[in-house]
Amino acid sequence: MKLKLNLFLALPALFLLFNLQANAFSTASQDSTVDNCIACHQDNDNMPDNYNPEDIHYKVGLSCFNCHGGNPKTEDEDAAMDPDKGFLGAPSKEEIPAFCGRCHSDFAFMQQYRSEVETDQESQYYTSQHGTLLKKGDTKVAVCSNCHTAHSIFSPNDPRSSVYPANLPETCNACHGDAEYMKDYSIPTNQYKLYKTSVHGIDLYEKHDMSAPVCNDCHGNHGARPPELNSIPRICGSCHVKNLNYFSSSPMGKEMEEEEIHTCETCHGYHDIQKASDDFIGTGEKSFCIECHDEGDEGYITAAFIKSRIDTLKLKYSTASDDMNNVIIKGMDDIDISFKLKEARQKLIETRTAIHSFDTSQVNTIASQGIKLSNEAIGMAQKEMDEYYNRRTGFIYSSIALLILGLALYLKIRTKNGKDKKA
Amino acid sequence: MKTLEDSKIFSWLHSRYDLSGILHLLYHKKVPVHKHTIWYYMGGVTLFLFLIQLLTGILLLMYYQPGENSSYESVRFIVNKVNFGWLIRNLHSWSANLMIFFAFVHMFSVFFTRAYEKPRELTWVTGVLLLVLAMVFGFSGYLLPWNELSFFATKVGTDIAGAVPVIGEGIRTVLRGGEDVTGATLSRFFGFHVAILPALFTIVLVVHLFLVQKVGMSEPDFFKKLPDEKKKFISFFPDFAIRDALLWLIVLYLLIFLALFFQWDLGIKADALSPAPTGIKPEWYFMFMFQSLKMLPPHLGFIEGEVFGVLFFGAAALAWMLIPFVKFNSKKYTKERIMLVLGTLVVLFIVSMTIIGYLL
Repeated sequence: MKLKLNLFLALPALFLLFNLQANAFSTASQDSTVDNCIACHQDNDNMPDNYNPEDIHYKVGLSCFNCHGGNPKTEDEDAAMDPDKGFLGAPSKEEIPAFCGRCHSDFAFMQQYRSEVETDQESQYYTSQHGTLLKKGDTKVAVCSNCHTAHSIFSPNDPRSSVYPANLPETCNACHGDAEYMKDYSIPTNQYKLYKTSVHGIDLYEKHDMSAPVCNDCHGNHGARPPELNSIPRICGSCHVKNLNYFSSSPMGKEMEEEEIHTCETCHGYHDIQKASDDFIGTGEKSFCIECHDEGDEGYITAAFIKSRIDTLKLKYSTASDDMNNVIIKGMDDIDISFKLKEARQKLIETRTAIHSFDTSQVNTIASQGIKLSNEAIGMAQKEMDEYYNRRTGFIYSSIALLILGLALYLKIRTKNGKDKKA
Repeated sequence: MKTLEDSKIFSWLHSRYDLSGILHLLYHKKVPVHKHTIWYYMGGVTLFLFLIQLLTGILLLMYYQPGENSSYESVRFIVNKVNFGWLIRNLHSWSANLMIFFAFVHMFSVFFTRAYEKPRELTWVTGVLLLVLAMVFGFSGYLLPWNELSFFATKVGTDIAGAVPVIGEGIRTVLRGGEDVTGATLSRFFGFHVAILPALFTIVLVVHLFLVQKVGMSEPDFFKKLPDEKKKFISFFPDFAIRDALLWLIVLYLLIFLALFFQWDLGIKADALSPAPTGIKPEWYFMFMFQSLKMLPPHLGFIEGEVFGVLFFGAAALAWMLIPFVKFNSKKYTKERIMLVLGTLVVLFIVSMTIIGYLL
């Protein structure tokens, strides 16, 4: 408690001291504790754009000279920024990856700050589309500072960071959404707009789900590049694991991969991925199956069968849900029915996942389990409703019994009264 | 007509144990018949509802498991899984409420007909005691399902008990089994509800019934003034008893109807860490006191408003119980008027405070 109090008193004192030092720069210039880079640049109103004193480097004790070189201890401007004495100044764009890499590629150095640290960002960068083009002399491409900023860098887990999941799409979009800037590259510039309307974008922006995939989850971050066609299932499968397993083991998955036919995106799209619909499968108007398969072929028959099983399961599940709601409305016991319905719901999800096997047998097995569970739930709901009406029937019987008994007593009283009067 | 004495079983018992005392208690009593005879039945209905409580309570006891992690679950099991469990639980809850209602009706009918006067002073005292015990029964039983409302109502209720000067803190700690309402309170209330209170209630009830049978029914003033030939009586047994039985049947029918069509909620399981829900209200029979305490200002002179309220209700209950022993120096006519006004004010106070409590 005493220590806390002392710190509490010490903080304003330190703040005061810092300001005194900055203001009295000319008189205290030889003081070894003064960072003359900041003091002088602040005095001249010449601080870098977006400078943030909360920057992660500054917070761990690194200052201007740690990146830019120079001597912060002298007030002499020429001596402080003498290239002969190690002053580097602002790096050119081509130099930036190596400039940052001096520390970030040095495992021993980085370990001083974090026990678990990656030091392959620079090497990954040069394998990326950005790095490849930079090497070719294209200075429009993104380098470290374009994504991370230069002087407002925060941990990627910090909501203030430009690469925090919720901020990353906008960071990428700063260049990729600028049609004028991107005109030399012949790639679309509407990815961000599409992403915002996608199921992932809705999860991120409307449901605030920070685990929703953003640009780097599919494209990579330091090694960012457009995914190869045959790597798409594995990229999607890094989250949708079961779908990938079914798809990879399916004959259609292998054929698609071999023939380099688009895979997940064929039905689901990419930047504007929408919530999957059961109508994607089958032989209806919205089905993707009929884009390749014609009536009568094996794929067409498979699609029709799978759709029919899903529809049957959905119908049963929906009936069971309605029945359970009636049970709830009647005030009867719905606990076991709700458990049963949760299992059926799980089977419906599993069936939708098993579609990616394009195997009628696998889909049928799981769908049949779901249908069985739904039927059991319907039976249980029926039992509860029977019980509900039985109680009313019981009430009628007990009413009759009580009425007879009551009448008997009433007659007894009347008879007795009559006898008493005669007596 | 065949009477009780004609039965073989009775003769067998009578020849061995001489049951003439019991017979006398049953047969000697005559019930006056007049325009207010209906009030004589209120005590019997209350007794019948107590018997229902006893029976359904024993049945519930077979499945109920007191405990923070088992009370709510066991009541839910009773209601959902046990055959006719829903019926038994609802009968128990409805019967409890009706019992207190009829006890109030019985008490005020006795008060307004001044049936508490000599020689029935102790019948009145035991009757008031029974009502207080029934209310404590209700308070302790309310917590047993361990749902959110009952949990916080018990907190508020025991806090009010804690407002009693000097001994309040001690009473609250004893009631709660500690500083706060916890599983220890639940075990304690269960103990009160199924052991201590039934024992006390049964003792007082036996005395009350004995006194009722011993002293007989009170006759209102206008009936006393009638000439003997115009006074009409029926025998307590079997005439009055048969009528009682008919009314009990009607009440039983009402109970079953309520239990089936107006089932008691189980509520949400109590969670000590969750914030208190809005609109915590005590059982209706505590509402007039609860509302009065709420409406009192924080301070009344040198005394805190809540403390004043608790002391006032304690003193009022005691005074109410001792009413038969109050003597007035003025004429009898004045005493009748005072009692009539007092009783009317008490009824108006209870009814209006209860209504305000539910409206506000």
